[in-house]
Parts: sequence; C-alpha cells; structure tokens
Amino acid sequence: MNFSVLWDKIYYNFIYEDRYMMLVKGLGNTLLITLGSILLGIIIGLFLALFKISAENNKKFKILGILSNIYITVIRGTPVILQLMIIYYAIFVSAKDPIPVAIVAFGVNSGAYIAEIFRAGIQSIDKGQMEAARSLGLNFRTSMQLVVLPQAFKNILPALGNEFITLLKETSVATVIAVPELLRGAVNIRNITYEPYITYIAAALIYLVIVVLFTKLQGLLERRLSQSDHR
Amino acid sequence: MITVRNLHKTFNNKIHVLKGIDYTVKQGEKIVVVGPSGSGKSTFLRCLKLLEVPTEGEIWFDGRLITDPRTNINEIRTHMGMVFQQFNLFPHLTILQNITLAPVEMKLMDKTEAKERAMQLLERVGLTDKAQAYPAQLSGGQKQRIAIVRALAMNPKVMLFDEPTSALDPEMVGEVLAVMKELADSGMTMVVVTHEMGFAREIATKVLFMDEGMILEEAPPTEFFGNPKNERLKEFLAKVL
Repeated sequence: MNFSVLWDKIYYNFIYEDRYMMLVKGLGNTLLITLGSILLGIIIGLFLALFKISAENNKKFKILGILSNIYITVIRGTPVILQLMIIYYAIFVSAKDPIPVAIVAFGVNSGAYIAEIFRAGIQSIDKGQMEAARSLGLNFRTSMQLVVLPQAFKNILPALGNEFITLLKETSVATVIAVPELLRGAVNIRNITYEPYITYIAAALIYLVIVVLFTKLQGLLERRLSQSDHR
Repeated sequence: MITVRNLHKTFNNKIHVLKGIDYTVKQGEKIVVVGPSGSGKSTFLRCLKLLEVPTEGEIWFDGRLITDPRTNINEIRTHMGMVFQQFNLFPHLTILQNITLAPVEMKLMDKTEAKERAMQLLERVGLTDKAQAYPAQLSGGQKQRIAIVRALAMNPKVMLFDEPTSALDPEMVGEVLAVMKELADSGMTMVVVTHEMGFAREIATKVLFMDEGMILEEAPPTEFFGNPKNERLKEFLAKVL
C-alpha cells in the first residue's frame, strides 16, 4: 500500500462528508462520561471508605460499615457490562439519553474501587496526625478534612490516576447501550465505509493519545504536591 | 486544676494499664512523671485530655467533669496543650500554617491575630526564619520546638508533654529542654512524662513514680532523688542514675 492509497482511505473514512466529526463527538462524550463518573466515583468512594474506617473505630457505625462492604463486594464481584445493562434496561427503563445512565453506571462501579484506594490512603497516614489534630481541639471531621485527607490524597494520586485511565477505556463498553462515545463513533463510520482496520486503529490512537496526555498532567500534579517533601 | 479520681484503663478488656490513679495537679505546678516503660505513664497523660477514654474513674478540669460524655471535649482540649514524642507536625503545611491552623479553625483568633501570635512564639524559640519552611526541612529538635509553639498558640492553661525528647538525637535534647525550662519559669502549669532525670530535678515541683499502673511515690525532687522510700523506686533510680 503506497501513501496515495492510504491518503485516499483517510480521506474517504474521515474527511469525506465530515465523518471525522463522529469521532470528535464520540471523544467528547467519552471524556464527559469519564469525568462525570470519576467525580461520582470519588464521592461514593470517599463515603464508603469513611464509613468503613468509622465502623472500625466506633460501634455506632457498624451497620454503615457492613453496608459498605456489601456494596464493594457486589460491585467488584460482577462485570461492569452487566451492571451497565442492568442499570439501563432494568432501572432507568424510560431514560431517553443514555449518557447520564452511563455516568451513573460507571460512577457506581468505580466508587467501589476508589473506596478501597481511599481506605488504603487514609490508613497510610500515621495515627499521630489525627491525634495531634484532635488534641488541638479540632473535631473528627475537620481533622479528616484539613489534616488526614490532604496527605492521603497525595499518596493515592498514582492509584487514582490509574483508575481514571482504566475508566476512560472502560467507557467503550457503553457502546452496547448505544451511547455515542468514541468507539461507537468508529463503529458508525465503519458501518458506512466497511473499513474496519483504519476506523478502529484511529479510535485506538485517540485513546492512546488521551491516556498519554493525562499521564503527563498527572505527573505535573504529583510534582506540585510533593513541594512539602523537599528537604 | 486537674483532678483525677480512681482512674482505670483497660485495653481490649484484657490489659490493665492503669489501676486506680488519684491525683490533683494544682495551678502553676510542674509535675514530672517517671517510671519504667509499660508502667502506664503515657496512658495516664493521654487520659488527661481524653486521647484515651478511661474505663473507669473521673477526670475534672477547671471544675468540669471531662469524662462525662456530655462535656464538649473539643473545647476542653483547646485549653490543654500536648506535645508528642513523635512531634506529629502536619507535613503538608508550612510551619506557620501548622501553628495557625487550630487557633483559626477553633475561632480563637482571626488569621492576622493568629499569624502575629505565631511569629511572637517563633521569636521566643528562635525559629522565625523557618515560618515558611515545611516540617521535612527541619531537624528533630527544631520540629519539637515548633510542636511546643503550636500547642502554645492556643493559649492553653496547662501543657502536657509525652516523652518530648525521647525521639531526638542526643545533641538536640538540650534545645528542647531549654524551651521547656523557659516555659516552666513563665509560670505555665506542666505535666511532663520523661526519662530526663536532670530536668526533673531542676524543674519539677513534684516528681511522681509510676509502676504497673499505679503512682507508687510522689515527692519534691530533692526528697524523691535524695531519699526515696519505695523499694521499686530505689531499684529504678539505681538503674537510671
């Protein structure tokens, strides 16, 4: 295959009739779903982790701890594609727009994983930190917010970045409920042009570029947060 | 100022660490607690501000029963400064932020006031140049002096020290003890758990000897070191002096 043939293929698959717009719109939705669900996942995960840790320290929270464990077990124990289909076909039956459904499904899913990341992060902080904060009169919540969580967050940033990358690629599963995300865009082009190689490789390259860019961004953030480590 | 009655502490329903402590700390006193490790000294100190919850007994502070669950313990804690063996500075905050965090959060001062107060205190311990540094950039002795300043910034009525020099390199013990001495001279009420017998001799108004969860002897330092009565205290002093 010489370059002019390749160019013809690129032209026919992506430029002719502005077909690349399907990929652009797909990418937009992929990013929207990933960002929405990671935010939802962080909120769910933070609460689950705090419930579990509170349950270990205080009997009053025992029930919340048990419920958190059940949530994490069920979500981690079943495939995300099934969770997505159950939420779409059984819970949000009348939903017209599948994008919010996908955000909820992936958010609920990643919440279970992020809960364990947060729990490990909080437990990695020396007990003396909480003690010193409490000893200055701060209540449990403020001590968590201002002393423990900022340090824990720094420690879990690599794991959280990993979760973000996994989630970004996992959102391609949403193509099964016809969410117009990046992979669906590529599939739609292929359905017109009948050229699977070039369309799928294009989608793969876009995922790769986004992941590389994000990894760079994460590195910058980590360097910024490590300011207080310098001796 | 602090009254302890029949204080018991049991860990995990098994390990009986404190077996009935009765003691009263009066305003302006400097109480030094010594004893072998595992004798319950640190637990005793931590109980005074409810970092450990007593299994039995009463603790009164300024006429308020702090072992009563209805007492606002967070408010009580602001009046009792505590210095830990491991410093426990907040590594993600600058020295100045470490000191001003609690006074501002607890609404004792506004930001400018807290900052002024922090700089005054830093001046007192000779560390004004470290205000913008992070704890990781400080030596152990400097960290502990900052930890003392952080506690003092709350304007506490009493200062509790839990083996403040035990985690320090020997050459840094002096600078921390000097700050504590100055604090004692300024009239602060202090309860100090330590192995520094020289400090006890020089500063204490009373020295307590604890072993196996009980106070076995209490006396002014000259008598405590010069004429100990309890057999176990004699053994202990023979080993450490």
